[in-house]
Amino acid sequence: MALDRRTFLGTSAALTAALAAPMVRAQATPRVVVVGGGAGGATAARYIAKDSEGAIDVTLVEPTRTYYTCFFSNLYLGGFKEIEDIGHTYGGLAANGVNVVHDWAIGVDRDARTVSLAGGASLPYDKLILSPGIDFVDGAVPGWDISAQNAMPHAYKAGSQSELLKAQLMAMPQGGTYAMVAPPNPFRCPPGPYERVSMVAHYLKANNPTAKILIADPKEKFSKQGLFEEGWANHYGGMVERVGPDFGADNVEVDPTAMTLSIDGVVENVDVCNVIPAMKAGRIAELAGVTDGRWAPVNAADMSTKADPDVYVLGDAAQQGDMPKSGFSANSQAKVCANAVRGALTGSRVFPAKFANTCWSLIETNDGVKVGATYEATEEKIAKVDGFISATGESAEVRKATYEESEGWYAGIVADMFGASA
Amino acid sequence: MRLAAASLSLAAALSIVAVGVSAQGLGDAAAGEKVFDECKACHQVGPGARNRIGPHLNGLFGRKAAGLEGFHYSDSLRRAGTNGLEWHADTLHAYIENPRAFASGTRMSYRGLKDPEERADLLAYLRGYSDAPIDIPEADPTATATDHDLDPAILAIVGDPEYGEYLSGECTTCHQADGNVDGIPSITYWPEEDFVVAMHAYKNKQRSHPVMQMIAGRLNDEEIAALAAYFKDIGN
Ligand SMILES: Cc1cc2nc3c(=O)[nH]c(=O)nc-3n(C[C@H](O)[C@H](O)[C@H](O)COP(=O)(O)OP(=O)(O)OC[C@H]3O[C@@H](n4cnc5c(N)ncnc54)[C@H](O)[C@@H]3O)c2cc1C
Ligand code: HEC
Ligand code: HEC
Repeated sequence: MALDRRTFLGTSAALTAALAAPMVRAQATPRVVVVGGGAGGATAARYIAKDSEGAIDVTLVEPTRTYYTCFFSNLYLGGFKEIEDIGHTYGGLAANGVNVVHDWAIGVDRDARTVSLAGGASLPYDKLILSPGIDFVDGAVPGWDISAQNAMPHAYKAGSQSELLKAQLMAMPQGGTYAMVAPPNPFRCPPGPYERVSMVAHYLKANNPTAKILIADPKEKFSKQGLFEEGWANHYGGMVERVGPDFGADNVEVDPTAMTLSIDGVVENVDVCNVIPAMKAGRIAELAGVTDGRWAPVNAADMSTKADPDVYVLGDAAQQGDMPKSGFSANSQAKVCANAVRGALTGSRVFPAKFANTCWSLIETNDGVKVGATYEATEEKIAKVDGFISATGESAEVRKATYEESEGWYAGIVADMFGASA
Repeated sequence: MRLAAASLSLAAALSIVAVGVSAQGLGDAAAGEKVFDECKACHQVGPGARNRIGPHLNGLFGRKAAGLEGFHYSDSLRRAGTNGLEWHADTLHAYIENPRAFASGTRMSYRGLKDPEERADLLAYLRGYSDAPIDIPEADPTATATDHDLDPAILAIVGDPEYGEYLSGECTTCHQADGNVDGIPSITYWPEEDFVVAMHAYKNKQRSHPVMQMIAGRLNDEEIAALAAYFKDIGN
């Protein structure tokens, strides 16, 4: 094993050298390129490299050196985590034999099987895995575009956006209004906006108790609604107001300069405006020509795209069926994909696809809830098999245990994505 | 919270071997006093009973598992209590027969009392030291004296560790592969039998954690054996 590992590290050093001088490598080892080092991409890259023990060259393309998890970024807003707690680097992946390239993928030539990078390099692949997460749909919220993200942050990609939103929250005048424009389905992390409202309320209750939270929501219903509404009533009585489509919240407009939000023509002055627009697959999926509409349709058995059997799409960007767009789902899909890709390239055993998801949300200190399900691959889609959800009225002890479990899960998934040293 | 659902499916799902215990769960208290010799090294019951190696067993029926203040329970049994495990004839039968089925990391190092008749007698004896024993049903409606042990054929399945490695991907999202514990227990380096027993206890809903019930619920016997074979000696 030790010897294997040394030879392997040798190869990957050679690979780095080859990359530095972009030229065609005469090499029989099959090549996998992974674009996006988040929940889906980091997991897929790590599993393929770790399990193939050098039989496959794995290159991960990811522009940022520190990945801030969206999961637990709401807890950062609430003051339960520091920003460093949710930042992770890629050293553990390199130790697992993944060649990490910090750059943007800007194009895919599916005929030549190459990925072009902003830095000028071109990476050849036998199998390409895209896990680019989400981008926002242009014009989804009239008055808002990506250039307005500093005035009206989305904080739906974690990191500087999360820090900005937190700074705005802390700077709110006493008795001010925190507004959220919630997204239409389907979107990343269905309970995410509502967990965020809970965490904002937790902060305001202690620091700005006369403040208000206003949610403009184009959806009639939302994830874990009963649990959230029970929690808001119990912990934050009267602070949270949600306007649904029945009162015109499917017709909103914002003005980032005047800091106003208009709901069905009624204009409100707000102090923070957290705009979470409609979403679509990360742009590289579209550039690769594997999307149909906003998302990339995939085959449930291995996450290969309907458009190209050698291009796979994981996580939020994929249109796969019943799984919610979550980090847990992306991680689960990545492991199924890794097994299939390895099988296709090296003949290793391929096992049937099994998927699972659980999403925890924190409503108030030690008041955690969860929803989860298992899934299988059918011809048509990833189909739900079985599921569960926390009950309303559970004991404080169960809710505390649920929260502690979510801490355990966070440590687990991060180790699973980045390797134990992350 | 009573484990009505749990006991129902426990009776339904475990290989049931109906035994000829008259009182359907509780037996002869006088005979039970002798059986209690098995427990005396660690437990006291009756007037003035105190916690020793094990917790005192007064007022046991209806008590939450790991429910005594001031006794240092294992995390395992404490978790089971948080998940809703309460002591009644049915759950006590199962715990005493095989303590590890309920709580793999239980500190009760006792191999289990396999004879259902002895267990029934013992429970009748202990019931006498619970409040108002008259009000305690002789046996929970759904509980018959069942054989809670796993079918030996299931334990005999030889797992395929390579398949187990693949399946383990579903576990390591929560259970850290290097055995670290941050709120979810470690499942690495377990003896295979303990692992199989624990997984079937979730599958049969004998253990009441919803996530693990769901996950174990769709694993078949071979898959559980494969996981056990893999986790028994995974390194880093
Ligand atoms: C507030 C909030 C709370 C959440 N809470 C939870 C939770 O509790 N549990 C849960 O399971 N999920 C949660 N999620 C959802 C979870 O974060 C996402 O579903 C998950 O990150 C999706 O994984 P992914 O691999 O598809 O995308 P991401 O994790 O977003 O990774 C995409 C990566 O691709 C990179 N990338 C994009 N384009 C390119 C390109 N062209 N070239 C190179 N790299 C590129 C990006 O830099 C990024 O690092 C939450 C999300 C939010 C916003
Ligand atoms: C070697 C010591 C030992 C023996 C023998 C033993 N126990 Fe225990 N028992 C313990 C310990 C220690 C605990 C606490 C377990 C834990 O925390 O996981 C315990 C826990 C229990 C509990 C759970 C109590 C609670 O408060 O939740 C019951 C019931 C019980 N034992 C019954 C018995 C019976 C009946 C016998 C005899 C058939 C027996 N035990 C034999 C040590 C022992
Ligand atoms: C969503 C998170 C999650 C996933 C995924 C998960 N588990 Fe668990 N597991 C838990 C939690 C939480 C507990 C503690 C449950 C309890 O209190 O009974 C647990 C408990 C266990 C236990 C008993 C541990 C003990 O000390 O008694 C075993 C064995 C186990 N899991 C095996 C597995 C296996 C095998 C898999 C994969 C097939 C798996 N788990 C997947 C969360 C998870």
